[in-house]
Amino acid sequence: MATMMTTWKARVYVTLKPGVLDPQGRAVENALKVLGFAEVGDVRVGKYIEVGLEAPDREAALARVAEMGRRLFANPVIEQFRYDVTEAGAGAAGAGVAGATGATGATGGATGDS
Amino acid sequence: MSAEHGASASARPWEEVGLTSEEYGDIERILGRSPNPVELGLFGLMWSEHCSYKTSKSSLKRLPTRGPRVVQGPGENAGVIDIGDGVAVAFKIESHNHPSFIEPYQGAATGVGGILRDIFAMGARPIAILDSLRFGELDDAKQRWLFGGVVGGIGAYGNCFGCPTVGGEVHFDRSYRGNPLVNAMCVGLVDRGRVFYGRAEGEGNPLILVGSKTGRDGIHGASLLASKEFDERAEERRPAVQVGDPFLEKLLLEACLELLDSGAVVGLNDLGAAGLTSAASEMASRGGYGLEIDLDKVPRRETGMTPYELMLSESQERMLLVARAGREDEVRRVFAKWDLDAAVIGRVTAGGRLRVLENGRVVADVPAAALAKDAPVYERPEAEPAYLKETRAFNPATLPPVGDPAAVLERLLATPDIADKAWVFEQYDHFILDNTVVRPGSDAAVLRLKGTRRGLAVTTDGNGRYVYLDPRAGAAIAVAEAARNVVCSGAEPLAVTNCLNFGNPERPEVMWQFRRAIEGMTEACQALGTPVTGGNVSFYNETLGENIHPTPVIGLVGALEDVERDQTTQWFKDEGDLVAILGPLGGDPVAGLGGSEYLKVVHGKTAGRPPALDLDLEARVQRACLKAIREGLIRSAHDVSDGGLAVTLAESCFGGPGPAVPIGASVDLPADATAAESSSGPSLRLDALLFGEEQSRVVVSLASAAEGRLKAICEAERVPLAFIGLVGGSDLRILVGRRPVIQRPVAALRTIWKETIPWLMR
Amino acid sequence: MRWAVVVFPGTNCELDCHHVVADVLGQPVEYVWHKDTRLEGFDAVILPGGFSYGDYLRTGAIARFSPIMGAVADFAAAGRPVIGICNGFQILLEAGLLPGALRRNEGLKFRCHDVHLRVENGATAFTNRCRPGQVLRVPIKHGEGNYYADPATIDELERTGRVVLRYATPEGAVTAEANPNGSLNNIAGIVNERGNVFGMMPHPEIAAEAILGMEDGRLIFESIVASVEGRVAHVR
Repeated sequence: MATMMTTWKARVYVTLKPGVLDPQGRAVENALKVLGFAEVGDVRVGKYIEVGLEAPDREAALARVAEMGRRLFANPVIEQFRYDVTEAGAGAAGAGVAGATGATGATGGATGDS
Repeated sequence: MSAEHGASASARPWEEVGLTSEEYGDIERILGRSPNPVELGLFGLMWSEHCSYKTSKSSLKRLPTRGPRVVQGPGENAGVIDIGDGVAVAFKIESHNHPSFIEPYQGAATGVGGILRDIFAMGARPIAILDSLRFGELDDAKQRWLFGGVVGGIGAYGNCFGCPTVGGEVHFDRSYRGNPLVNAMCVGLVDRGRVFYGRAEGEGNPLILVGSKTGRDGIHGASLLASKEFDERAEERRPAVQVGDPFLEKLLLEACLELLDSGAVVGLNDLGAAGLTSAASEMASRGGYGLEIDLDKVPRRETGMTPYELMLSESQERMLLVARAGREDEVRRVFAKWDLDAAVIGRVTAGGRLRVLENGRVVADVPAAALAKDAPVYERPEAEPAYLKETRAFNPATLPPVGDPAAVLERLLATPDIADKAWVFEQYDHFILDNTVVRPGSDAAVLRLKGTRRGLAVTTDGNGRYVYLDPRAGAAIAVAEAARNVVCSGAEPLAVTNCLNFGNPERPEVMWQFRRAIEGMTEACQALGTPVTGGNVSFYNETLGENIHPTPVIGLVGALEDVERDQTTQWFKDEGDLVAILGPLGGDPVAGLGGSEYLKVVHGKTAGRPPALDLDLEARVQRACLKAIREGLIRSAHDVSDGGLAVTLAESCFGGPGPAVPIGASVDLPADATAAESSSGPSLRLDALLFGEEQSRVVVSLASAAEGRLKAICEAERVPLAFIGLVGGSDLRILVGRRPVIQRPVAALRTIWKETIPWLMR
Repeated sequence: MRWAVVVFPGTNCELDCHHVVADVLGQPVEYVWHKDTRLEGFDAVILPGGFSYGDYLRTGAIARFSPIMGAVADFAAAGRPVIGICNGFQILLEAGLLPGALRRNEGLKFRCHDVHLRVENGATAFTNRCRPGQVLRVPIKHGEGNYYADPATIDELERTGRVVLRYATPEGAVTAEANPNGSLNNIAGIVNERGNVFGMMPHPEIAAEAILGMEDGRLIFESIVASVEGRVAHVR
């Protein structure tokens, strides 16, 4: 018997670990200050990745995305990542749940087991 | 324009595609009926100035394009010359000015991508990139953004693709602040007998689209952007700029070269401006055949694309090829190995028509040659620009005498035009492919050709100020200086590619500049034996009514007989070497001050007449210099250009990237050149002697034992020669008639020269 | 001995490495496509520089999953020499065959110019033709060569002589000015614990001939030859 599959959209955010120098972040920080944003403190630049995937339920989707993060998206030596998963198309269907139910996974890279 | 249907059914449909009612009439005559909206869109693009050269064509015919070395002249993806030993060189320069102004990083990157494809379309492996760049002055944040973005984009593309960027030039002038120039040149190598052409031949042969998938990006990019002047709405056209993928282009290169080796390919063409429309109509018209394209077969990145969009998309990293019938699977196999699409999208037909089908329905059916070749040719009116009365009236003799020559030298070295460009070329991989013998920073880059004794010297040159002040002389000087740079590097100048950057040709003054520049270029190319094998015209370099300085850029390729023996750099090498000048010293008392960097920087003027150029003397100086280099007499050679003799001497002292280290020199220039007051005849002013840009001069250094032989060579060629001093010490000392006029530590001058651009771009 | 030059999609220094091995050293060399899975019959493996997979996502991050990388790991486990240059170094790090990571250059720009490298360990399979303390002139050309590892790893590399090359002045002084990219401890090249896997950011293959104005890079290749052909006792 086939499992009912649902389409999910994962959002993955990859950033440098705290303590690892981020030259891009520093450049952006300086630029902001030059532009008059005196209130600016620490700036970190990272990557944002969207992944569409099929999974029977949210937990399964989260588990797969965590695996992707560990194996590919982040280099555990210098990077960490976090992610969330929403049902794709829910917003478009007008069901009124868009963005409301994002599940968030834990930081994957910090444990660095890849 | 509605992207849905191409041109809409308005009362004046031609206006929507940028054509005139007369041109629309021509199209109706050609077709024997009114064009449908898709067809009109195709004509609108192919008959745009950018694609059709309808304004420049008649003038360009004057340029010399033949020579014993020329394998392929203008009209193909790139020109090709034969350099002997069975090796041919494919090379071309092209502009990407307008896209780079809108998005400097991607605009410049895709400019590099386009010129690389032109070269490998000829079956050649690209071995060098050069970039000729112009921006406004760097005291303006927008200009710094443009400059940084363009350099970053060029580097990103070339570095990732794996072709070294070995040279080029960067100049800064207010006239470019609303319209930077980004001209990219590429040089490639191909076996003499294996040059490929962009031709569709052989009825029934499959037409195959390879590389990237087709999307909506860049529709109207090159043609519309480059065929209209800019206004304040230019920013809104941002979506027309494409994004480059150098990684994919590298795969495309390897796949294409691998496939060409198999013998399965009849013809190959790049997809650039006007995308599929241009590539298909050009291949068909060159081959004398027709093409049928089934749009349903085109791999796409987006859904719902119309025939009009598919035909006009300027998605990057695509090539069109005609293969031999029956070998389609071979093509697919090679491209699959490189993870690339290869889709048979049509076939070659007899009869010369370009037929485009969608869902089995003909959506366009026009003669291919009508699109590619039959745009009307215009003889636009010309008129001498009014500003010339004023600029010619300026007499440099009215300038106050130069105050502190050393301070002036320092100021010139700190001018971005003259200052060290390491900030630029250190962002480019200039080593890859293991051929770079002379790196960026000397007069020309030198590449060895593995497996032979030969080498290539390549350069780009152009001086917008000179051309602004006298288009004919300025364009001739661009050719002469490019050739001189190549000679100074040890090579014989062989052939030219040109990128003609001008303003709006609908203004008679711009047409006048353009025609005079072509005349000057023609004369110089004839005198120096360097035919033009192709290039690019970029009109409408104008923003809000302000035209750029007319800027023809010359890309020149020369060959070294023996690269190990002949390769020469501009840097002084050994203590005790003699310093000499080949070429004239003196004559006109204000020689070389008109249009000079000195006049602009110190006196704030772009005026006067550019330096006189005697093409016969120029040819003799170049012959003498090359002969001396080939005989092994010359340790360094540097052509005298921006900033004059003092700057040339300073630069010769600075040492290069790599092994050449800074070293001093002490020279004493002949007093009679400046003994104005005492003698009756005209003699040179001190400012003209030190900073004038008189042409046809080369500063060389040589071992003292070579003195006699150099004298004999110069005598035989009737070339003036003056021994002026010695290499050595740690200072640059310039005396005039034993009177010291400049003395500075080389290290201090070098620091000023090195720090300028990094400091401005910090 | 036979050399393998591994080619990933986007590798672009393969021609240069091949040229140096074949034409300068005069040794047999073959390209190995990344989809291959075998390295039998080879005595040394080069992972050349370039932009494998466009450097998209992260340098070397995608290439490390190429089929050939299993064979590279086995080859390394068998104690045979593997050298990764620039992007090849990045791939070895991503694959875990060497410790640490390479971040973007501190100045954020791609840098292409000569650097001077002090040989810190002249007893490896990759530097046995150099004197300890010898200064080599070799160019860099990279945007992400800023070496990083956690303090414990750096400490271990330093203690065990695994920092093989360091950015230095022409006189051999290790200074901040001589560091082109912000690498910790001016690190330019390291070996693994066993001494047979070596990664370096500078490009020895473009500094191996007099006509190009630089010859010091040839020492790296000649060291590998000497080591494989048994002319050097293996010490680390």
